[in-house]
Order: sequence, then structure tokens, then C-alpha cells
Amino acid sequence: MLRLPRFKYLRPKTATEAARMAAEFGPRAMFVAGGTDLFPKLKRRQFEVEALIGLDFLPRQIHGGSTDCVVDAGVTLAAASSDNHLIESFAGYAEASGQVSSPPLRNAGTVGGNLCVDTRCNYYDMTYEWRKAAGFCMKKDGDICLVAPSSPRCWAVSSSDTAPMAIALDGVVSLTGPDGERELPVSALYRDDGMDYMAKQPTEVITSLRLPADSATRTAYVKLRRRGSIDFPIAGAAVALQFEGDTVMRCRIVLSAVASYPLEATAAEEFLKGRKVDAETIRETADIAAKPAKPLDNADLSHFWRKRMVRVVVEQALQRATTRNQGSTVKLLGRQPD
Amino acid sequence: MTTTREFGVVGKPLARVDAVTKVTGRAIYADDMLLPRTLHCRILRSPHPHARILSIDTSAARRIPGVQAVITGADLPIKFGILPVTQDERALEHEKVRYVGDPIAAVAAIEEEIAAAAIDAISVEYEVLDPVMSIEDALAAPRDERIQDYGGPNNIHKLVALEFGDVDAGFERADHIREDVFFFQGNTHLPMEQHSAIATYVDGRITLWSSTQVVHYVHRALAKVLELPMNRIRVIGAAHGGGFGGKTDPFAHEIIVCKLAMMTGRPVKCTLTREEVFYAHRGRHPVLMWVRTGATRDGQITAMHFRTALDGGAYGSYGVASTFYTGALQTVTYDIPAYRFEGCRVFTNKPPCGPKRGHGTPQPRFALELNLEKISHELGIDPVDLKQRNFVKPMTRTVNWLRVTSCGLDECTERVMTASNYRRRERRPGHGMGFAISSYLSGAGTAIYWNDMPHSEVQIKVDRGGVTAYCGAMDIGQGSDSVLAMIVAEELGLQPADVRLVTADTDTTPIDLGSYSSRVTFMAGNAAIEAARKMRGMVVEAAAAKMGCDTSAVEVRGGRIGDFTFEEASVLAEARFGTLTSAGSYTPPKLAGPYKGSGVGPSPAYSYSACVVDLDADARTGLVHVNKIWIAHDVGRAINPLLVEGQVEGSVYMGLGEALMEEQAFRKGLHKWPSMLEYKSPTFVDMPEVETFIVETDDPEGPYGAKEAGQGPLLPVPPAVCSAVYDALGVWIDEVPVTPEKIVEALRRKEKGEPGRFGPTRFPAIPYPPTIKVEPPPRDLPSAAPAAI
Ligand SMILES: Cc1cc2nc3c(=O)[nH]c(=O)nc-3n(C[C@H](O)[C@H](O)[C@H](O)COP(=O)(O)OP(=O)(O)OC[C@H]3O[C@@H](n4cnc5c(N)ncnc54)[C@H](O)[C@@H]3O)c2cc1C
Ligand code: SF4
Repeated sequence: MLRLPRFKYLRPKTATEAARMAAEFGPRAMFVAGGTDLFPKLKRRQFEVEALIGLDFLPRQIHGGSTDCVVDAGVTLAAASSDNHLIESFAGYAEASGQVSSPPLRNAGTVGGNLCVDTRCNYYDMTYEWRKAAGFCMKKDGDICLVAPSSPRCWAVSSSDTAPMAIALDGVVSLTGPDGERELPVSALYRDDGMDYMAKQPTEVITSLRLPADSATRTAYVKLRRRGSIDFPIAGAAVALQFEGDTVMRCRIVLSAVASYPLEATAAEEFLKGRKVDAETIRETADIAAKPAKPLDNADLSHFWRKRMVRVVVEQALQRATTRNQGSTVKLLGRQPD
Repeated sequence: MTTTREFGVVGKPLARVDAVTKVTGRAIYADDMLLPRTLHCRILRSPHPHARILSIDTSAARRIPGVQAVITGADLPIKFGILPVTQDERALEHEKVRYVGDPIAAVAAIEEEIAAAAIDAISVEYEVLDPVMSIEDALAAPRDERIQDYGGPNNIHKLVALEFGDVDAGFERADHIREDVFFFQGNTHLPMEQHSAIATYVDGRITLWSSTQVVHYVHRALAKVLELPMNRIRVIGAAHGGGFGGKTDPFAHEIIVCKLAMMTGRPVKCTLTREEVFYAHRGRHPVLMWVRTGATRDGQITAMHFRTALDGGAYGSYGVASTFYTGALQTVTYDIPAYRFEGCRVFTNKPPCGPKRGHGTPQPRFALELNLEKISHELGIDPVDLKQRNFVKPMTRTVNWLRVTSCGLDECTERVMTASNYRRRERRPGHGMGFAISSYLSGAGTAIYWNDMPHSEVQIKVDRGGVTAYCGAMDIGQGSDSVLAMIVAEELGLQPADVRLVTADTDTTPIDLGSYSSRVTFMAGNAAIEAARKMRGMVVEAAAAKMGCDTSAVEVRGGRIGDFTFEEASVLAEARFGTLTSAGSYTPPKLAGPYKGSGVGPSPAYSYSACVVDLDADARTGLVHVNKIWIAHDVGRAINPLLVEGQVEGSVYMGLGEALMEEQAFRKGLHKWPSMLEYKSPTFVDMPEVETFIVETDDPEGPYGAKEAGQGPLLPVPPAVCSAVYDALGVWIDEVPVTPEKIVEALRRKEKGEPGRFGPTRFPAIPYPPTIKVEPPPRDLPSAAPAAI
């Protein structure tokens, strides 16, 4: 049986204390919130640490205000996806939280943990024994990339469902480091690097996510995965639109699982701004959005097909966002949980 | 024989006898056992698909504190294997490894982590050989050397060629002939419980608790490899978390823990990781198939020629039987007057394939159903009509000598046709429905190794009013313990809860060949009826004597034997006869036809299923959404309808997984995704609604008329999915799994004016041996005929 390795479990009472512990241990320790990403990876020896720093002190409230909504980092995905305020004002965010992994994992997995979820690759998300047989890659224990052997970098895939939506909503995270606190837009939280994928300091704890409220924003998240019950995204689109009349004034389109970071489709955003949304525009926008997506052969199903599907998820997300307030919903791809 | 009888418990949807222990977590699985001083074992496995072992250095591992023993192949050199003709496995290999995951060395340590570290410290020097990863590769001359040193030419393991009736004449008679090539991808069982075994060695005796489907075969393999007499080894089936065929072979880890227990004098346990379960495998063979069928203008089959090529993986396992199975049961659903079968199994450097639910028959069923479907479209006949016209009749023999007794194909078909409204289905873009049928054995008519013993035996002991039934059968989750309890209770006028069961223990229970080939209800059930009726005879006789009446006047029901409670009557009987024991056994009738290879296919009875799948398929993305499945299953008689429905729905689930996503895929010689998250299989949430119809045909030889339910209902699902996809989008996906990419590609081809199809295009040239021609038997089976033919 695959067992968890031995580790010390540290239990700080505040974020500052946690950050200081992280500073003291350096790479020999990691934060743990719900543990749904971390524990399987510890079993597979993708992470090797001496200590885990528990974040169970993090508050678990959703503070819906008239200007902003602040979601504490310790809120579970199950709570976020079923919170009335989020569903009403940030439908796409609730939708994304409700599509992460599976019901039991959403009961444990947290909003903060989901923003930090490790990048994925099916040469990497394997046991130590398998990776040893395949030959280790640079993300752990080795020095080459098995997907793109001539590449100097790692192409592991950003697989968070909520990060693209948080970016589309102009979300801002609060960070507590050993020496103080700061805010950082979620769009600045990631780097285009499969290995070193977070732009925050490893010692910094995410304490909350702030979503600036704008009741006119229409949002949607559409996720493609083999099984609606449990799988990570193999493509996903988060959109947030603001209209003046029929015309799109503001538009964010952020893709999940097609690059090593949540990929913002800026050209498509530019294209859509100032236009009226109809089937034709949606199709064109989706075509433009899909262009920069370059899936590789390191996730489920073929990358050729995944590439073609990017267009479809963007299209569906745009349709869904546009029609959401008109009572109609777009039928999602594949079988989705009820 | 029992149709008019009123049953006490048979036919009632009673909860399983082990329901409470299972759902409250109190059942003790092998991995739950922790005997005092237990050592933990881990196994070093090959990182190469094909390599010679030049040296193994275990010295660093032995130096790690806490390591108690390290063994290699030199400690367990004797070969074993499930079939007598393919004794080609070693518990640990010290000469050559044949797939990534082949076991090489094992460590017993005081903690599992220490054992894992010790495994990592063993260094092995290999001479890497060219791996053979496909059927085509295996048929060609090996670049380095053959995988196994038997079989041949090249990496061919087994070749078969049989002809029944005059096939050439049959094709001559045909108005229409169609050839197709199909591929059925390999997949694995994915039981919830990983294999686990724990052994002790006390007073010169081995006791092994294991998650196995067949304690008897494990017992035999241990005796052979450990060179101990059978009576010094005891194998006990621990509570079981699912097998589906994957725990039907004796496994390396079972032998290893026994050996380590003998060496250390301490209990030794090994629970495989999920990844190792993918390597233990013995799952569905990938099979490439070519089928040629001739039919008259009105859709009557005149002849069929069927070729299969099985990718067997690195070892024999059940492979010889699997090969025959890919050709055996085509004739049991459709009346094929002339039939030729050519089969071939090859070795490749992958985990060995073996029996998975449906063993060797879902693949040809897939090809057969789709081939007939295509013929019906070409002839302009409704596919359901065409199939129905060719259905076998009850009480007949097939051209390849299989005896068909009860057969509910017509009724099954009618039930799903009516319920699904298939004939008047809604026509909208992307919506489709598909229909398919199938059949499966109720236990193989011949044993795996040649012997004349009964296939199942049951003993009953009645003592102080308590009834205990002893049987070697292993409940692997299908509910066989509950069925045994119900049968004994039925005969003694009791409730299942009144019957204590002792099962699957080679020391205390008589032989049963195990839980595979859908045999337990039929065979152990018949043995239990015999034993229980003998016991009933004694109790009734004692009661009658006391009542001063004839035995026929003693009523057995509701916990009473005539004027007495069961307990009182059993005391009377014990006073009269001494210790109350009875025994029953079951030996299937000799059904094999007069030709070599006829041992695979015969069964005392065949179950039948019919299925309709309703789905939406999206032309743009290729995504498929199954809306609903209707399935009717002829189980002869449902001894417990709840269990039958469970088996039918479980089969549908598994069939859907195989149809849509499951894939034992390899990349660079390695299993691509030996993990439950990456190897896709439907979960509860992914399951569509399933409506099950139980059809009862009261089989003349089944216990109370019962036949199998655990495997057959899987078979029609994959072909029904493919015909529904065709119905929806007008393209044929001639291989499983039907992934969205394949649908999109088939549609692209169709748009370009090419055939709208995805699947293999050619069947390789295979050096089949000269065909053995077999004279068909007389086809009618008078209902009064003796069992044997
Ligand atoms: C079977 C399965 C399916 C899954 N499917 C999906 C999916 O579809 N989509 C998806 O997005 N994820 C998926 N996941 C991953 C995971 O369940 C989720 O991402 C979850 O939200 C992670 O949250 P957590 O609280 O459990 O994080 P943890 O596992 O506790 O931590 C994850 C990472 O974040 C860090 N971390 C956690 N909280 C903080 C914090 N407050 N501040 C700083 N660092 C922090 C940890 O150090 C760690 O590196 C899946 C996991 C499994 C096992
Ligand atoms: S993308 Fe390359 S380097 Fe990164 S995890 Fe995958 S194989 Fe390793």
C-alpha cells in the first residue's frame, strides 16, 4: 500500500506564525490546508518534506459586502459553491468551485489551496516507482522534460478551476509573510513556469480572496473533463462580461489547463470589447481565444482534440454568461454532476 | 422441475447476510489484519519492459535496520501458473523480466516504510532487450529474443483453427457477405480492494489469508512452489473487496509472504499499491478481430468465419482458455449453421492479461453484434428483426456442440424493446439508440486442471439447533454467501440468518473451484440443495417418527418441522441418527464435444441478455452523454432479485466503462496511467439510469431453475453503445473505447467522402495451423434427453 511518509505536523495559531515557520524551515516544509492536493502527492513522493504547517487556523467565512466580497482562504469549495451570496453575485466563481474534483474532496479542499494547486503532468503525477522506471523529469528528481525533451523548461499544466475565474473577476489575494501583509491581484500570482508556478513567496500564506463586486458583471465557468464527477480540467474557460445595453464594455476571458498558468486570452478580450454579442461574434471571439492555447501530450485525451475543444469551452462560457440573467442556461458538455 | 412450488425465501429480495458487517466497516479484509509481530513486505519490480537480469545486489538493503529478510528469484525458483499447460511464472524473476512491474525481489521489514526504502536500495544490473508492445510486433521476428521460450513462431503463444460444418458451402449459399475488422482495447478490473495477503508459519504449517477468488488454486500453487504437502498449507479467503476476475490467478505476493513467513517465523503481510494492481492485471485482452458473415437476402445467417488475435501480455495466465473463448460463444445466441474459428494469442511485454468479467467473450460479442448490425443495414432489414430471425432456440445444440437448454432471448428482447420504445424512438440530431444481445456461461463445464472431483461440495452440520453450511466458495462481493444461506434456509424451512456459513477455507471447507466463470450459484447452489435435502430428510424422518405419521405429512416451513420447532426436531434427529451431517456435491454433465479444445465453451446452462442504450452524441466535440440503459437478463430464476439486479447493474457499469473510456494504455513501455484518477472509469455520478428486467426461464438443471447473472449483462453494452453512436451521427466506431477524438475523426473522414468510420483497417497475416474439421452434432435436443451428449 502507498503510505504517507513521516513528517512533523506544526500547528501555528496565526498566519504570521505560520509564515515564520515556513521561513525557518524553507523548502523542508509546506503549508497544508485541506490536503486534497498535498497528501496524494506526498504519498507519491512528489513532495518530500520534514514538516507540514497546518493552516486550520484560517477563518472560514464569506463576507458579502456591498462593494466587495471577501472569501476567507479556509472556506471549503463545497461552502463556496453553495453560498447564496456567491451564487447571486459571482455565479461563475461558485460554478468553478462546484466543479473542482469530487463532492468529498470539495468538503475538504479550500479556496486558498485551490489557488495554489500544483501544476499537473501525467509524467509527473505518478508514484516514485513509476517515475523511477520512466526516468525522472526536471520537475522532480530529474533534469529533462519527458513531454518535450528538447525543452529547457517544464510544461506542467495549471489545473486550478477557480484561479481563472478569480482573475476574470479582478480578484485580489491577501498575503501574510513573515514580515507583514500585502495584497496581490490573482493575475499576478502565477508565473509561466511548470515548476516554479507561483509568483508569491513560498513563505506567504494566502489568507483571503477579495472579489470586487459589480452587480452588472455576468460570469460563467465552463470546464471540460472526461468525468464530470471527479476529473481535473483538460480545458476550461472563465469569462466575466460587462455590458452597456447590448454592447460589451468590459471583458475578461481566462483559460484553465492549457498552459502552465491561467492563460488570459487578451486578443479575444480586445476583439469582443465594443461589440454586440451574437452567435457570430461569440464564434469569432472563441477562435481568437483558442489560438494561444498550446496543450501538450501530458494530460488526458489527445492534445490535438483538446486544442480544438478550447474554442468550444470559450464559446459555451460566453453563451452561458450572456444568457445567464435571461433565465436560460447552456447545456454543458458531457455528463455533469447535478 | 420446481415451477409450481411455493418458495419460502427463494425469490425474495432479502438483504445480504453480510450487509451490516460490510457497510459498518466491520468486515475484516486481509489488509485489516495485524497479527502480533507482523512484518511488512514490499516487492521490487522491473522498470524495464524486457530485460535480462545480469545481477542483483541486495547487500545495501540487508544492512538497513529493521529489515528482517530479503529474497530474490533464487529463493523461489519453481515455476507456477494457473493452467497446467502454461507454468511460466515465477514469484520472483532472477533471469529475465518481461514487463514493467515484473517482480524481482522482496523485503520483509518491521515497517512498510523501511521495506520500501530497502527495495529502493536493491540494485539490479540489466541487459535491456527490445520490447514487444503490439500484436503486429509480436507476430514479426523478434529483434532481440522471444519473450517466452515456448509457443511460436516468433512471439505467438497459442494458435487454434476449428471448423464446424461446411463453411465454404455456407458462404456459397449466401446472397450477401460482409467482412469487418474490429478492435477491443484491453482494460483492467479496478476492484476497490487492492490485493492483499498475510501469512503465518506456525508449527510447520502455513496459513495464508488472502483476497483471492479461488482459495483452491492458491493452495495448489503454494504447495508446488514452496514444496510443501497440501495438508501443511491452509488458505483462507479474507473478506473480499472485489475481484471481477483479477484475483483468480495465484499471485506472486501470495507466495512471497508465505516464503518470508517461513524464513522469519513471523507473520508477513503484503498489500499491493494501486499501481501494482495495474501490474498484477490479468484483465481484458486487447483483441483484434476479423469477421466474415454470409446471409441470405432475408437475413438468415448461412456461415461465419471469425478470426481473433489476442494481445496476451507477458505470461500465459488463463490465456489458452481466453483464446478459445474468443471463438466459443458466437453460436450460443445466433444459429450459425457453419462456423470457422481461427484464434491466436501473442506474448507482449505488458502485464499479463487473463479473465475479466465475461472472460474472452465481450470482445467477439462486440464484433459479432456490430457485424450483424451492418449487414442488416445493407440488406435493408431492421437490425433487431435480423438478429431475432437468427436467435437460437431452447433445447438445441449449436454447430460447435454446445448444449443450449433454457433460452430467454426472445423475451429479453421484447422487454427492452417495449420499455425503451426503441422502434418509435425520437429522431433529433445527435440522438441515437442501439440494441445488442449476449449470452454467458453458468459455470465452465470443465475444470482448469484435469481431475474427476466434483466442482463443488457443500457439507451441512446441524448441532444444538444451529445449522452450519461449509463450502469452499468465496464470496467476492457478488453475494454467493447469501445465496448459499438462502438455499439451505429454503430447504430447511428457515431464514438465511439462521444459517451459519463457513466458506473459502481449505482446512475446514470441502472443495469448490472458486468464484469465476459465473459458477457459484449454479454449482455450489446445486451442491447445497443436495446437502440440505439430505439433512431435511433426517430431520423430517425424526419428526415423523415422533408424530407417528408418514414423512410426507410433515410440513417444513416457517421455522417448523411438522409439530416441532426446527430446534426440537433437530434434537430428535440427533438422538436418532447421532451427529447430524450431510453432504452434497455437484459435477457438471459431460458436455464437451468430440474435438480438441472442446473443453472451453460448454456450460450446464447459458444466461441471456438484451440491452438498449439511449444516448446523445455531439458532432462537434464527439462527446457522448448516455441518457438511459434498459437491460433484460434471463437468469433462469432470481434466487435473490436484489442481488441479481445488483449484478446486472454492476455489469452495465463495467460495460459502459469499457465502451467509453477504460484503456490499459502504454507509453514508452510503461503503463501510461496506473492510477485510479488517470485510468478513467465511470463513477456513481457518471452512471446513467439503468432499468433492469429480470427474465425467468426456469432452467432444467439450475438450482430452482437459476442461471448466472454476474458477467453476461456486461457483454451487450459496448456494441449497443456503438450502434447508438451510429444511430446518432451516422459513423461507425469499430473499436472501444469510443472516445470523443475517434468520433470527431470518423465524422471528419465522412465529410471528406471517405467511409465514416474509425477503427482498425486490416487484420494481420497469422500462420494458423491446418483447420481441424469437426462434424456438427444433431441440432435438436429432445427435452427429455439426458444431460450428456
Ligand atoms: C481526485 C482529485 C481530483 C481533483 N480535481 C481537481 C479539479 O478538478 N480541479 C482543481 O482545481 N483541483 C482538483 N484537485 C486538487 C485539489 O483537490 C483542489 O485543488 C483543492 O482545492 C486544493 O485545496 P486544499 O485545501 O486541499 O489544498 P492542499 O492540498 O492543502 O494544498 C495545496 C497546495 O496549496 C498550498 N496551500 C494551501 N492553502 C494555502 C494557503 N492558504 N496559502 C498558501 N498556500 C496554501 C499547499 O502548501 C499546497 O502546496 C483534485 C484532487 C484530487 C485528489
Ligand atoms: S512537463 Fe516535462 S518537466 Fe514538467 S512535469 Fe511534465 S515531464 Fe516533467
